[in-house]
Amino acid sequence: MDISIIIIIAVVALLLIYIIAIYNGLITLRNRVENGFAQIDTQLQRRYDLIPNLVETVKGYATHESDVFEKVTAARANMGNAKTVNEKAQADNALTGTLKSLFAVAEAYPALQASANFRELQVELTNTENKISFARQFYNDTVKRFNTGIQKFPRNIIAGMLNFKAFEYYQVESSEARVAPKVSF
Amino acid sequence: MFQAVSANKTKTAFIVLLIALFFAAIIFVISFYMFELGIISAVVAIAISFIGSFVVYWNSDKIVLKIHNARPATPEQDQKLTNILEGLCIAAGVPKPRLYVMEDPALNAFATGRSPKKGVICVTTGLLDNLDYYQLEGVVAHELAHIKNYDILLQTVAGIMIGSAIIAARTASRVMMRGAGGRSGGRNGGAGVLVIMAIGVIFMVLAPLAGQFLKMLLSRNREFLADAKGAEFTRNPEALASALELLGGSNIPLSKSSNATESMYIVTPCAEMRADMNAKKKSSSLFSTHPPIDKRVDALRNLR
Repeated sequence: MDISIIIIIAVVALLLIYIIAIYNGLITLRNRVENGFAQIDTQLQRRYDLIPNLVETVKGYATHESDVFEKVTAARANMGNAKTVNEKAQADNALTGTLKSLFAVAEAYPALQASANFRELQVELTNTENKISFARQFYNDTVKRFNTGIQKFPRNIIAGMLNFKAFEYYQVESSEARVAPKVSF
Repeated sequence: MFQAVSANKTKTAFIVLLIALFFAAIIFVISFYMFELGIISAVVAIAISFIGSFVVYWNSDKIVLKIHNARPATPEQDQKLTNILEGLCIAAGVPKPRLYVMEDPALNAFATGRSPKKGVICVTTGLLDNLDYYQLEGVVAHELAHIKNYDILLQTVAGIMIGSAIIAARTASRVMMRGAGGRSGGRNGGAGVLVIMAIGVIFMVLAPLAGQFLKMLLSRNREFLADAKGAEFTRNPEALASALELLGGSNIPLSKSSNATESMYIVTPCAEMRADMNAKKKSSSLFSTHPPIDKRVDALRNLR
């Protein structure tokens, strides 16, 4: 009788240790995902802060392109209101699109192209764009690892009990997203 | 990957211990026979060599940077390089290593440091001048992969320790041969001279063997691994492949490299070795610290 009690206690203890190990592993992964999202946020914020400056600079040279400026400003405002991963991803995509058209417009103004201020902003923005895509890549990789972690058997049972939920991916519309815009330094 | 990390740590500890013992043996023999310290010499030997090894371990990155005469990179002066590194650190999820630039026309780069937190990446000015943005990104990503895998710890510590062991062995054997020759038919202790001579001979045999040992341990596979991992960070294997072709095809040797640091670079620093490798000479691929460039390029181009 003593022996069987010991065995039961041992089995329960082992099971508990197993669950604790899985729980801690998932917490680590989840923190990594959250950190990954914070990285995206930092870079999005950086771009958000750069845009007014950029618009002002371009306005100084390209006075007749008000619709482009409006679009950029509106997309930027949308970005500021976005809360969830999905909303942010969508606002981000829209903003990237309008910025592209802004730079396309800027092509037509040689004086603007020659401005040191504009060139600096362009490099800075491209750089930030680059970092956003790297941060997105890191985030999506960690989300994949976390989601796989809570979906595989038998961890899916434990994850269900402990109320772990899968994260959303940060989706980009176009497949050529990672091909960052060319900048000559 | 985590297995690779702990394997690297174990190997480093093993090499440090081995070399420390090696130095302990040398110091023991010298202090026992030359200074006649008796049994205290064992204590002296172990103390000196282990403290020395620890100092090397602790300062390995500084020693390497000193050898290469590298200057820290600044965001103002090296904007492109700093931007690239910042982006890649986000992609790799590692703290930002310190960046150094060495004034050298050769196309090369290396990473060093004890841990990812203490990581250092160093590139030549030749590399900055000759590679485009994405190629440079590929090279920096390769070095960042070495840092993330703890390859740098093994490569740096092992490189310096084995390198200095080889130098010590060569010097010791030279001194001993000369000392033994001058003292032939000498006064007392013919046995002591004989022992020293014998050890001298053993050192001379050991030195090149130790070099081979280093090259075996720093298995060439880790270059393939770092290439693949680097391409995973950039999602752009083609840029790294074309950069490697440029680096491998260059005939400018790196002026500051030595036997001790040879295995650290992204491509072997010796221009003749690279030329031999391109010409597919057997001898070079057998003793080389790096796999042939064309194999690495092929591997990169065949990534999914």
